Amino acid sequence: MDLKQLYQDIILEHGKSPRNFGICKEFTHQAKGYNPLCGDKVHVYLKLNKEKKVENLTFEGSGCAISMASTSIMTESVKGKSLETAKEIVIDFLNMIKKTQEIKSNNLDEDQKIKIMSLSGVTQYPMRVKCATLAWHTLTSAIEGNKDEINSEATD
Amino acid sequence: MDINNIKNQFPIFSKKVNGKSLVYLDSSNSAQKPINVITCLDNFYKNEFSNVGRSIHALAVNATNKFEETRMSIKNFINASSKDEIIFTKNATEAINLVASTFGQQYINKGDEILITELEHHSNYVPWHYLRENKGAIIKFAPINDDGDIILDKLKELITSKTKIIAITHLSNVTGTIVPIKEIVEIARKKNIPVLVDGCQSAPHLKIDVKDLDCDFYAISGHKVYGPTGVGVLYAKKKWLEKLPPYIGGGGMISEVKKDKITYAGLPEKYEAGTMATAEIVAFNESIKFMESVGIDNLIKHEKELTNYALEKLKRINSVNLVGNPKEKAGVISFTIKGIHPHDISTIVDEEGVAIRAGHHCCQILHARLNLLATARASIGVYNTKEDIDILCSAIEKCRKIFDLK
Repeated sequence: MDLKQLYQDIILEHGKSPRNFGICKEFTHQAKGYNPLCGDKVHVYLKLNKEKKVENLTFEGSGCAISMASTSIMTESVKGKSLETAKEIVIDFLNMIKKTQEIKSNNLDEDQKIKIMSLSGVTQYPMRVKCATLAWHTLTSAIEGNKDEINSEATD
Repeated sequence: MDINNIKNQFPIFSKKVNGKSLVYLDSSNSAQKPINVITCLDNFYKNEFSNVGRSIHALAVNATNKFEETRMSIKNFINASSKDEIIFTKNATEAINLVASTFGQQYINKGDEILITELEHHSNYVPWHYLRENKGAIIKFAPINDDGDIILDKLKELITSKTKIIAITHLSNVTGTIVPIKEIVEIARKKNIPVLVDGCQSAPHLKIDVKDLDCDFYAISGHKVYGPTGVGVLYAKKKWLEKLPPYIGGGGMISEVKKDKITYAGLPEKYEAGTMATAEIVAFNESIKFMESVGIDNLIKHEKELTNYALEKLKRINSVNLVGNPKEKAGVISFTIKGIHPHDISTIVDEEGVAIRAGHHCCQILHARLNLLATARASIGVYNTKEDIDILCSAIEKCRKIFDLK
């Protein structure tokens, strides 16, 4: 494992130009996440339609390249999926980061899988795992309607 | 000063980190330990261990003597008037909490004001916040300018008849600002307000003379002065230690205990309840001896040269922004790189064996004041060399390359 694998082009590019950045119109769910160790902040906005499908998913926040890229890739991967599928993708991602280094989900196309897999190198950098997982925990919190801010020190 | 001789006294520098020689630039966080400190800890546990101040057997007498020798060394190191003014705590944070708690209990009432500054570490803010929560005290922040210097005129304006104590750092752990403590104490004296100085960062890097500063309290962290963890020091003028109530209650701090009455021990035992970090306090004496063997004037000169060298080199790297530009600066160099988050900087330079810190460095108030979320910080210790700074700068160039900065 070297730094080139951690800072792949996909990550650098998403880190610099995150997708789905901003507040989405008519969001139905939202949650905040905070990493007190590094000050990273993320605010996730989710719009579920009547069929329980993720019509839109956006975020605002600031942080390192890993956290920005991870959040950006998350919004791309989950947008358009059913709520149940979205939950599966989150679990799959967290398993990849913490254990398997592989993404199993059949719910993602090859391009999305490659993007998510680009984050798997973080596993080798224990101090950076929370940078990658913050947004995903925050999305879960938004889905579950939790009012408290997600604190990375209290998760993982 | 023979820098190689100094570096050789620190065993950690013979180790490799990520396959590279260690470039340790995180001494503001905690300093590495010279061999005499490590050997002393080892020897004390192997050959001399006993609790102190209680039993009268030979080991206890020897351990007590050594424990008190450290107190004497610190008294001399900071030029206190008496060894009774030196209280051992578990760290500088506890030293500040001791003052906030006991002084607060006795002298702070609803509406009273505590004056701190925007430079303070959380450990010189949170303990005072308890008094805001529990007693209705008011905390005021003396502002800094964009260079990271405290604006003394504004500080003066914030002093009122309600100001009960001023608590202030001697050296900022973010901007490296050396605060003119003597001047601030003179301002406070005119109004009869006591001054607590957070000396965590200054004790390893400046000459400390509490008589000359004339401050009322001075907090020191052992592990930042090349000593063991688990040891802090509170210097306090004797008149305060006599007047203030005890802090933690228990064994060792009492004189007589009856069912209806307890009297407390004299100084310094009144503030040292329970078994202390005995071995660490004994070994702390060795770090004072190490500092004295280097010579504080040599140390200041070496670190000053290195700081100037680092500042000049960093300034020349495109997109590096130095945080603060105080009138007097010690070897604490915080910086940002436009387009790279400090945590990414830290991870990348770590691959080159360079240990720096990234984040808010326990100074969220200061970061908010400077409109920064996080900074990268390289902090210099007595063992650092120009080569270390060169390696840091090449590692920063590597960050710029990975992130494709122009």
